[in-house]
Amino acid sequence: MAGSSTGNGPLQLHVPEPSVRPGDQPDFSSVKIPQAGTVERPPVDVDPRDIRDLAFSIIRVLNRKGEAVGPWAGSLTDEELRDGLRDMMTLRAFDARMQTAQRQGKTSFYMQHMGEEAVSCAFRKAMEPGDMNFPTYRQAGLLIAGGYPMVDMMNQIYSNEADPLKGRQLPIMYSSKEHGFFSISGNLGTQFIQAVGWAMASAIKRDTRIAAGWIGDGSTAESDFHAALVFASTYQAPVVLNIVNNQWAISTFQGIARGGSGTFAARGLGFGLPSLRVDGNDYLAVHAVAKWAVERARRNLGPTLVEYVTYRVGAHSTSDDPSAYRAKTESDAWPLGDPVIRLKNHLIVKGLWSDERHKQAEAEVMDSVIAAQKEAESHGTLHSGGKPSTRDMFEGVYETMPPHLRRQRQEAGV
Amino acid sequence: MARMSMIEAIRSAMDVSMERNDDVVVFGEDVGYFGGVFRCTAGLQQKYGKTRCFDTPISELGIVGAAIGMAAYGLRPCIEIQFADYVYPAFDQIASEAARIRYRSNGQFTCPIVIRMPTGGGIFGGQTHSQSPEALFTHVSGLKVVVPSNPVDAKGLLIAAIEDPDPVIFLEPKRLYNGPFDGHHDKPVTPWSKHALGEVPEGHFTVPLGKAEVRRAGAELTVLAYGTMTYVSEAAAADTGIDAEIIDLKTLLPLDLETIVASVSKTGRCVIVHEATLTSGFGAELAALVQKHCFYHLEAPITRVTGWDTPYPHAQEWDYFPGPARVGRAMIETMEG
Repeated sequence: MAGSSTGNGPLQLHVPEPSVRPGDQPDFSSVKIPQAGTVERPPVDVDPRDIRDLAFSIIRVLNRKGEAVGPWAGSLTDEELRDGLRDMMTLRAFDARMQTAQRQGKTSFYMQHMGEEAVSCAFRKAMEPGDMNFPTYRQAGLLIAGGYPMVDMMNQIYSNEADPLKGRQLPIMYSSKEHGFFSISGNLGTQFIQAVGWAMASAIKRDTRIAAGWIGDGSTAESDFHAALVFASTYQAPVVLNIVNNQWAISTFQGIARGGSGTFAARGLGFGLPSLRVDGNDYLAVHAVAKWAVERARRNLGPTLVEYVTYRVGAHSTSDDPSAYRAKTESDAWPLGDPVIRLKNHLIVKGLWSDERHKQAEAEVMDSVIAAQKEAESHGTLHSGGKPSTRDMFEGVYETMPPHLRRQRQEAGV
Repeated sequence: MARMSMIEAIRSAMDVSMERNDDVVVFGEDVGYFGGVFRCTAGLQQKYGKTRCFDTPISELGIVGAAIGMAAYGLRPCIEIQFADYVYPAFDQIASEAARIRYRSNGQFTCPIVIRMPTGGGIFGGQTHSQSPEALFTHVSGLKVVVPSNPVDAKGLLIAAIEDPDPVIFLEPKRLYNGPFDGHHDKPVTPWSKHALGEVPEGHFTVPLGKAEVRRAGAELTVLAYGTMTYVSEAAAADTGIDAEIIDLKTLLPLDLETIVASVSKTGRCVIVHEATLTSGFGAELAALVQKHCFYHLEAPITRVTGWDTPYPHAQEWDYFPGPARVGRAMIETMEG
């Protein structure tokens, strides 16, 4: 091989490659998965220096038999567990219907959450009214689990006359101040530092509300990620900084963002942030860790960085075909399984659920999604029915419309 | 009334705003304890405490991004980028976020922030302490862009900007911080204390955004300028003896088109002057607007006097800077045209 470590041969650029490509046999044997219940649960006021190992392990609660085990178990009541399952099932059904709606031409674009439902659904349940999430485009579970009406989500996706954002935004770029869901931007990473700023503001005003920032594994390479970590650490802002590591950034495997060089959670260590790594397909683990981090923030103990280890089962978006860059059966081989099935099995083990009830719940959930869809479609879809007015296009650029925009609106004939 | 330099006027604007509204916070690099490399925030931390005025890590995108989050919460951040030349790392946060949050969220979230930054040349600042990037911001829908030229306006416009519900880019010509400058670099600079516009009200007052002002009434031609170039244009008028009407635009976006059109319709001639480079500079927008709105009044081609289309050099400072000689020549040519 040219350029050995001791020789004086020509230099060689290193470009990481996933070990598996289309046609190959999926292999996750290199992903080290600790047994459920084996990672310690430190007190929330722990010195971050004492838990550096948590950035290199994976906090897990549900074991293979579907039992909740270890120190992170027990953060949810039976009722909350059933609600959690229903939230995830609803998000999955919502995704399926909207994916189909896009194929039918009712909207231009959609992005699914398949396999990542536990992350946003469980996290939302650890937050309180008044707290603010700064989500990416793949955390609609925050809205579903937060009780935001599905019909409003669909109105936004359809850009119809009832669209809360007046047709100005690409589908799924939701916004709901009332539901603690900051306006989604197409520009990756930007909201991570904004979450820190929001949290700083809450601290400046001696409030008790906290913020949560969200970012994917690929976007951790953006400068905003670095800025967020510095500011969060410098000002000890009451913020939870969430990295959803779903292994893929469109076609780019996480190694290109330098996953595997350490963990994404471990990047917090250099900033003195307590940094935890969690099984993102374990609803109970996500909730328990979220609760821990939220409590730390609310008790003014500072920010926390959390990496959710999960897998993007679906295509990146409706414009993407993953079979062009990864093995088709890769998601089946993913060692952390499916978040819905794992929580379902846990409820069955606890005697709170059954296969029959699950089937029944699936039907109920689908009914509610279809009912919302019918209502949304009565307000129009992208190319048919009611639309936001052309006049709305000129509104809201500024609080008061300046003269040049008034002239342009007149020129547009509206 | 008190005698203030532009620095003191800017500091006073923040002081008045912080006193009146607890939601106003001030931060940036070296802004806190030290009071800013230009002294614009001197004493604010001592007076209002560390949570109202503080130092930040050296991260322009971090400063702007954090301010956007704070504004979404309900604060009114007035932040500093140490030099306009260093705003580029924050450009994504400004153009993609601050400018669009109201629009994209249909008003659920807003971004009432002010981004102050020293701008302009004439100080041997070289390539990265002299730039005038205003055209990059006037091209972004959702921003307001302000360039004061004297202490009274600096204070009144800054208070208005802080109270404005939309994001404002506030460009402070650092060449004017201590006194007016007409481009005659071989003559001693007079301080603001010897200038009428250095008399500044001590308390609260505002100068409205979006309004230009006629600095020198004239009949023969109209000069559109802002910042340092208002004084250069005044000197050029004096040197050439041309009865020019000199308009200080003050706010570039939204622009006071009415004042411009009224003047050019009267004079029939228009010279546009800015320090920023020519191609796609703000002068191009001004020229296009004047051409459209005053076409039948124009008696000569609209002329632009600007920085050359080169990075701002160091040794060639006065060959680059559009001084009174160049502006005067353009005025004479426009009179002959």
